[in-house]
Amino acid sequence: MWPFIKKEFYHIFRDIRSMVILFGMPVAQVLLFGFAITTDIKDVPIAILDHSKDHVTREITSKLLSSGYFILESNINSNDGIGNSFKRGSVKEVVVFEENFAKKLEKEGKANVQLILDASEPNTATMINAYTSGIINTYSMQMMKTSGKIPMSIITESKMLYNSELKSVYMFVPGVITILLMLVSTMMTSISITREKEMGTMEALLVSPLKPIQIIIGKVIPYILLSFINLIVILLMAKFVFGMPIQGSVVLLLLESILFIVMALALGILISAVSKSQQQAMLLSMFGLLLPTIMLSGFIFPVENMPYILQLISHVMPSKWFIIIVKAIMLKGVGIAYFWKETLIIFGTTVFLIAMSVKKFKLRLE
Amino acid sequence: MRTILFIIQKEFIQIFRDKAMLPIIFIVPVFQLLILSYTATFEIKNINFVVVDHDKSVQSVQLKSKFMGSAFFNFIGETKDYETAEEALRRGTADQILVIEPDFEKNLQLEKYAKIQVVTNGINGSAASLMGAYATQIISDFNREIIIDEFPLANVNLPIDTHPSYWYNPELNYITFMVPGILVLLVTIIGMFLSSMNLVKEKEIGTIEQINVTPIKKYQFIAGKLIPFWVIANIDLAIGLILAYLVFKIPVIGSVVLLFGVASVYLIAVLSLGLFVSTMTNTMQQAMFISWFFLVIFILMSGLFTPVESMPNWAQILNYINPVAYFIKINRMIMLKGSGFMDFQREFYLLLTYAIAILSLAIARYRKTT
Repeated sequence: MWPFIKKEFYHIFRDIRSMVILFGMPVAQVLLFGFAITTDIKDVPIAILDHSKDHVTREITSKLLSSGYFILESNINSNDGIGNSFKRGSVKEVVVFEENFAKKLEKEGKANVQLILDASEPNTATMINAYTSGIINTYSMQMMKTSGKIPMSIITESKMLYNSELKSVYMFVPGVITILLMLVSTMMTSISITREKEMGTMEALLVSPLKPIQIIIGKVIPYILLSFINLIVILLMAKFVFGMPIQGSVVLLLLESILFIVMALALGILISAVSKSQQQAMLLSMFGLLLPTIMLSGFIFPVENMPYILQLISHVMPSKWFIIIVKAIMLKGVGIAYFWKETLIIFGTTVFLIAMSVKKFKLRLE
Repeated sequence: MRTILFIIQKEFIQIFRDKAMLPIIFIVPVFQLLILSYTATFEIKNINFVVVDHDKSVQSVQLKSKFMGSAFFNFIGETKDYETAEEALRRGTADQILVIEPDFEKNLQLEKYAKIQVVTNGINGSAASLMGAYATQIISDFNREIIIDEFPLANVNLPIDTHPSYWYNPELNYITFMVPGILVLLVTIIGMFLSSMNLVKEKEIGTIEQINVTPIKKYQFIAGKLIPFWVIANIDLAIGLILAYLVFKIPVIGSVVLLFGVASVYLIAVLSLGLFVSTMTNTMQQAMFISWFFLVIFILMSGLFTPVESMPNWAQILNYINPVAYFIKINRMIMLKGSGFMDFQREFYLLLTYAIAILSLAIARYRKTT
């Protein structure tokens, strides 16, 4: 048994390129997610179409530009310019002040600003609209306050629990952990076993005195170790680079992760048992597994807003439950009492997958 | 030329006789497009909220019913104290808590000033900020209503009115935004994986030796390898565009010919990249890993999910070497806004340069000797 595990380790560790990728990938992903991937609105290029050009419109413009959310791309003079700047993609919003803005405001107590948004990116458009009208409303509120027009006001105090600065890295770290564990455990094992099949060395292993179960265990142990190292690296980075806390018990987190790794490995063995070539195994894990894992697990997109059928499908994604568990431990700091159900689901899936793959593997022996 | 045709023929035979590969090449992308487009949504509906009402006055009840009446909120219950409510947040049964202070109505009447606390689960930052914004919106609407009730003569409308108008996507449909991006994603994944796996596979099973000893020239070999994948990826794109039109009712507003023209250049870049990975690796496992590594980075930084403008400067500079970012941008421009060639010529020339550079690199790296 030992020499066999040693062989597997040699196989994996002598391949420097794969090792660099295996350990470089989590680092690169966490850094990217942490620093680059953000949905915040900042430095949005806008254009101003000012039909009035008076002191009020100038004041509002400078309020918008000094907010840090917008930068002035151009001043345009006519409505025709709007379509062109949108088509080039050089601006995301055009702020249009109507004619005689300040005069109307003074005489009728009312003036109009039109915000034209490039809504081909709907979310960004909504946010830009919210920020712009927020700034303009604050300006109008101040005008009202100075003239004493607000009789009573309710102040909303907003408080964000678990992630008070709304950092996106808090959301992504649990997802990245899950994806990487899946990638290393499921994809690597499935490919490494089908590879032995394809090269014909599996025959050699099967006729050796090793039992099939020993072969499988020998195959997966190095990957358990690799996954575990990756997990630790990500957690350390999350903590020390991004200041993401681990509120709950680290031991519990590691135990749950081991359970998930075993589940992912069992899945990998099953995939290798049903696919004939490395390429098949790869594409199967890629399309059948990784993309759904990313899309349906609540990693980036909240599951609750998806069509009902997709929500049902998401229930059979073990990664969804694992992400819930990781978030609960790391961010909410709660114990097993809060997610024993999720743990049980992953455990059940693991048992099921192991049973399935043992059955399939035996069939192949004949 | 004849040599190239023979290699192309060989590649097609190899691809089409593998029964497992056909569905992966043609059917899986269809499913992906259909499913991914529905999953990729940041829209927020059904915010589960809990109320802690310490006041229990007429106005606090009115405020509560205002929340219950909103399409965004889903009332799940009321708790006596804040602790129980926070427990619901911890369990994940609630997303937001509305806390009304004990003397809400009294303060409002006497001091003309009262506080409401809204506590939101902030783990998903972007969702949380939207949830916070919705709650604030409802509360300020409520504020306006009670002013009108109590002071019918007061003019509570803000003096400056803002009217948003949303161009190109007036219903703010998120799917419209995602479909062009997902099309690019699928074409990219298929192209990159087919090409990066292919040469390595020949290496691994040893057939590359047999080709190396023939008089086939380097460029002929590479062309013969790339053209079949290029054709397949273009067919995938066509299928995707037809589905986008039939299922999601998203027509190509700009020129379809232009779209395929850009796609052709883009695919040369992607396929060459795959081929380049192929020349650097010895096993399919390595090739797959390296392509996956670059793909994930390319996709995440491409602006598919998050706006490129929000990224820090260094990340935007890094995007110059990201072909996916160019094509997603151009594809969205053509499909959604009907932009013409002049609108994105800068991106196009950069993409073209990129394709030529990476193709030359791949040809240069490929050696007939081992």
